[in-house]
Amino acid sequence: MLDQKQHIKLPEGSIEKNTTTLNLGPTHPATHGVFQNILEIDGERVVSAVSTVGYIHRAFEKIAERRPYYQITPLTDRLNYCSAPINNMGWIMTVEKLLGLEIPKRVDYLRVIIMELARIADHLICSAVMGVDTGALTGFVYLMTYRELIYEIYEEICGSRLTTNIGRIGGFERNFTPAAFEKIERFLKEYPAALTEFETLLTRNRIFMERTQGVGAISAERAMSYGFTGPNLRAAGVDYDVRIASPYSSYQDFDFSIPVGTTGDCYDRYQVRNAEMWESISIIRQAMDKLKGLPDDVYHADVPAYYLPDKKDVYTKMEALIYHFKIVMGETDILPGEVYHSVEGANGELGFYLISDGGRSPYRLHFRRPCFIYYQAYPELIKGAMLSDAIVCMSSLNLIAGELDA
Amino acid sequence: MSLTNERIQQRLTEKFGDVLTGFEEPFGMLTFTAQKDYNLKVMQFLFDDEELRFRFLTDITAVHYPERKGEELCVVYHLHNFVDNVRLRLKVYTPVASPKVFTATSLYESANWMERETYDFFGVDFVGHPNLIRVLNVDEMTYFPMRKEFPLEDPMRTDKDDEMFGRGGHF
Repeated sequence: MLDQKQHIKLPEGSIEKNTTTLNLGPTHPATHGVFQNILEIDGERVVSAVSTVGYIHRAFEKIAERRPYYQITPLTDRLNYCSAPINNMGWIMTVEKLLGLEIPKRVDYLRVIIMELARIADHLICSAVMGVDTGALTGFVYLMTYRELIYEIYEEICGSRLTTNIGRIGGFERNFTPAAFEKIERFLKEYPAALTEFETLLTRNRIFMERTQGVGAISAERAMSYGFTGPNLRAAGVDYDVRIASPYSSYQDFDFSIPVGTTGDCYDRYQVRNAEMWESISIIRQAMDKLKGLPDDVYHADVPAYYLPDKKDVYTKMEALIYHFKIVMGETDILPGEVYHSVEGANGELGFYLISDGGRSPYRLHFRRPCFIYYQAYPELIKGAMLSDAIVCMSSLNLIAGELDA
Repeated sequence: MSLTNERIQQRLTEKFGDVLTGFEEPFGMLTFTAQKDYNLKVMQFLFDDEELRFRFLTDITAVHYPERKGEELCVVYHLHNFVDNVRLRLKVYTPVASPKVFTATSLYESANWMERETYDFFGVDFVGHPNLIRVLNVDEMTYFPMRKEFPLEDPMRTDKDDEMFGRGGHF
């Protein structure tokens, strides 16, 4: 039945003259997430693939229709959980755009720091895992130390590590502590050396190059047709980056370049991600410099009607108690309107399409999840490739099951 | 000279006239509604036209408005022109009784799963789609869960009165 569905045509020079059906996933350790691919293989070559998704679908869009705006931030954590702060900030900025709030520069820069740290944490995992899938576990161990350091920075800022729920509508829940800045400084000092070492291990490594060059390649035109965004699109040679195309959170104040590849294969994706990590380090440095010239006690906009007040103020100050009550009970006026806002997530353009009817929760909220959209290209990418190349190709795409299935 | 929303509107109105209505610009994004049978023609024109060049499909989704009789489901397309960096939003309304709109898979490969997702959650029937089956929910499901007639919580709960807190129980 399956071969009827897949219209199997044996490739030229087929040795086996017969195909085998292989279930790759949903709980295969090499797929790094809950993905199922039903592969038809001829010997070791992939003839066709059918992807099945939805194993961890949690109906976030439906849940969001019953939640007040500030309670949707934890839902966004669970989309791309490798870089949760970017999702949090994206959602918060969407609401701020709807409400027309003016955000102080210092808050913007703090957000940039957090988002770039998250981007590094995400790219670091993806690049390191590509090493693991090609047989080089060492680089992974080197870089994991620094993801831990990034998680400690999150912890210092918001108290949690993986699903961060960082930030509030209007700013941050508390100011960055001196310890947080120390940890960021430490990260900026130590990480470049580790990343250089990691690149020395992999980038010009003959085995790694043989395993990734020309594997899973896609042309710029096909990539655009398939809705690729982020590093995967840039690896194919299209210099589209939301941070430049429609700047948010004062990205226009920063000086950075967009690395692009040429062939769109796994090696180019790896190179683009590594180059982006260097750019992110430079952006964080610039942000740290810019912060020095700004008053150090501003960490949220002065919008009491929307910004959840500090808990100790709620217990001691009348105004804070009133606003807290109004926000939590959904009595604040949210304007009706529809807004699309997107941020450059770690694996592509993460968009939020929000329709408000003036109620306490969104009338409709849709997440544009980059990897849901570009994962449909996977069967095309691996057609004719070896089974082991299919694994590398999957990890090079930076697929996150939580985001894919929403 | 980059493309302005006024120019896009002018160009579209020249070509399609009354087919397109409701032009507005919420938060700077040109938004308009196309008649039900024209969505693909409009998108094809936006794609092919040498001046407009909307060749990237950002997103497809739907919204359910139960109170708009005869046009309950609204399919929303977000398109992007990378060259001039302009986005626009195209809407198509379709009745929930026979929600049929034309597929965009001939223009964009990415429309395939986006339309499957929209079908999965809203039941929009994309005419001409090569493989219109559920993508995130189980195949055995018999209803379309994102429609407004499926409330998230039990509306009969008596311990919690939503009338007091913002939106009343109109689910």
